[in-house]
Amino acid sequence: MELAQERDAGTNVISPAGRVDGSNSAEFHESLMAALSGDDNRVILDMGGIDYISSAGLRVLLLLAQHLGGNSTPFAVCSLAASVDEVFRISGFNQIITVFGTLDEAKAQLA
Amino acid sequence: MSQPWRILVVDDEPDLEPLVLQRMRRQIRSGKYQFEFAGNGLEALEKLRADDSIDLVLSDINMPQMDGLTLLSQLGSLDQDLRAVIISAYGDMGNIRTAMNRGAFDFVTKPVDFDDLQITIERTVEHLRQWREATASRDKLVTLQNELDIATNVQQSILPSDFPATAKYEISANMVAARNVGGDFYDYVNAPDDRMFATVADVSDKGIPAALFMMSSRTALKGAAIGTGSPREALIEANRVLQADNPTLMFVTVIMAVYDPHSGEVTYSSAGHDPPVVIRADGSSEQLPAMGGIALGVAPEDIFAKNLREHTVTLGPGETLLLYTDGVSEAMNVYHEEFGIAQILKLFEGNPPKNADEAMSTVFDAVAEFAGEAPASDDITCLTLHRNAS
Repeated sequence: MELAQERDAGTNVISPAGRVDGSNSAEFHESLMAALSGDDNRVILDMGGIDYISSAGLRVLLLLAQHLGGNSTPFAVCSLAASVDEVFRISGFNQIITVFGTLDEAKAQLA
Repeated sequence: MSQPWRILVVDDEPDLEPLVLQRMRRQIRSGKYQFEFAGNGLEALEKLRADDSIDLVLSDINMPQMDGLTLLSQLGSLDQDLRAVIISAYGDMGNIRTAMNRGAFDFVTKPVDFDDLQITIERTVEHLRQWREATASRDKLVTLQNELDIATNVQQSILPSDFPATAKYEISANMVAARNVGGDFYDYVNAPDDRMFATVADVSDKGIPAALFMMSSRTALKGAAIGTGSPREALIEANRVLQADNPTLMFVTVIMAVYDPHSGEVTYSSAGHDPPVVIRADGSSEQLPAMGGIALGVAPEDIFAKNLREHTVTLGPGETLLLYTDGVSEAMNVYHEEFGIAQILKLFEGNPPKNADEAMSTVFDAVAEFAGEAPASDDITCLTLHRNAS
């Protein structure tokens, strides 16, 4: 799974791209975990490049949120495509994962 | 001829034994079932220890010496692959909650309806047969595809197929499993006041762990519906049970509705699931409001409950309630276009369904026609509840 990554003063911005479904959710999980570092002060997942995410993919996001929550590292997702945003809204996961409209908003507000 | 299924009935009520033997005489004579009886939990445990071929324990809760809940907690120590069905009073959430936590597989309510009991036994042993087959082949180190096939069989074995039809309303439902993803199921359970609970759910993954999670979800939802009598309360209760022990963060989205045939009222609540559609008597359709809930299994109780609401609508004569999973709304054709909710809402224009079955098959036919050669990427489930016109 393709993953761009940018670290800036303890903010780890991870930008995956493509489709996440049951066929690649395990790989998605591995890539995300590999992109984390113990030095991260906060983690932002820029979902702008994800055009589809299935429930198996959502579970990976929950696992990531749980993992980071365990270290008390602030975590948010941002830039959801309309279809992904709808999945977040219907599943109610926008109530348990912090969502920002844009990466700039996430950078400015996530603490 | 295969061995009979061996069922241990545990109840201190002496009247139950002759009743079971009388009502199940055909299945006993044909060698399908064989019944044993015990008057309390202690007696039941003794029988189970002496005889490791019991498949199913059907137990009352309140009994002298050892009650059904204590018996349930002891079953795990027997190292025996059996299932327990609990006989509980409707609305007895305290006991039902404990029974769910202690691994009850299913519930029947008092006073025992023998048709319902027979269906429950039938489904439990069918599930057990699939489950044993699955674990046997798993021991042989199965391939991934085999594992998915096994999970699909387990999934099929928990679906009810005897659809309720009364003078006032009827239900129909179907689930078509996709090969590699999905984990849909549906269920319904009758309350003693004639209200009917209907549930459609979608588990986050597929494979054997997801099939296990699906089984616990179904049991938790059914127990919670019987225990609380309200969709919202039932979802809160089921979330509590599923969230308590869920390290892999599996989740299940659920729409639960309860229909009152006396008033025609439908009350529903949704845990992260698409809201229902109502088909009016003139064939027009509308999507009901989403109720904001979070999928079951992952949110702490306070956050879960805070976001969950309940909504009531009235189903007029000749109107139909449609519960479905995103396998319907997100079905794709070969051009990767989505079927979409707008198409569902247009399906019955000028042609309102005359019964529950017609509504259900119209949805499946339309999805199949739209998808064409494109393989289904997700399970497709639709449950319809039709209020009869007269």
